[in-house]
Amino acid sequence: MSVDVDKAIAELKVKVDGMPGAENKLTMVVLSGSMDKHLAAMVIATGAAAMGMKVVLFFTFWGLPALRSPQKKVGGKSFMGKMFGMMLPKGRNKLTLSQMNMGGLGTAMMKGLMKKKNVASLDEMYDVAAQLAVKIYACQMSMDLMDIRKEEMIDYPGLEVCGVATMLAHAKESSIQFFI
Amino acid sequence: MAEYTIAKTLDYKGLACPMPVVKISQQIGTVAVGDVIEVHTTDPGSLSDFPAWAKTMGHAIVETKQEPGVIKIFVKRQK
Repeated sequence: MSVDVDKAIAELKVKVDGMPGAENKLTMVVLSGSMDKHLAAMVIATGAAAMGMKVVLFFTFWGLPALRSPQKKVGGKSFMGKMFGMMLPKGRNKLTLSQMNMGGLGTAMMKGLMKKKNVASLDEMYDVAAQLAVKIYACQMSMDLMDIRKEEMIDYPGLEVCGVATMLAHAKESSIQFFI
Repeated sequence: MAEYTIAKTLDYKGLACPMPVVKISQQIGTVAVGDVIEVHTTDPGSLSDFPAWAKTMGHAIVETKQEPGVIKIFVKRQK
């Protein structure tokens, strides 16, 4: 009995390429809104990019305000949108610790410690992420819900708005998925 | 111990995770295949992180020296 090896290999290759998780890629959903969790997200993202992985981050819900620019302002928001705008942190440097915040004291102390121990700040992490072409998507549904606009977001290279299907398509191709 | 020449020495002293690995990934392409980069770090995590990074990226750690106050890691570009 003879076997067409080339044909068998070609068929196998088509199968393998179509398998979930075949790509050297990491997909992460960033839902949390606290400073420590964003720090973890960015450490994992930049670390993965350094290890040669494609990295895709999806910012949704409480994670979204981290993408707001402290400098930008947009008008024409709804009443609820304005309320959300006031209540939510205006950018990544306004995030607070998920534990031991102590009215901001804990967060300030942690930032001081990070500086002392030379742990990169979120600002530095975003710079590195941009250099390493870490892709960031913002969730359209959360943006609509809280009336957060693309125009008030940071100038991060390649920042895009998307829905759940885009995230799932990336997650399906990825060998690693995270949810923070 | 294999013979090698050091193409570049990088000072990562004081840097914390993930910066040593991020920086070596940006630097490895600046030397020729087969060249060795000597990295100085004070981050003990680098002792396991550099081999993990090298294994994933297809490079090699040819030597690690722990000296007082500094860890020296020798990274060989393999491809």
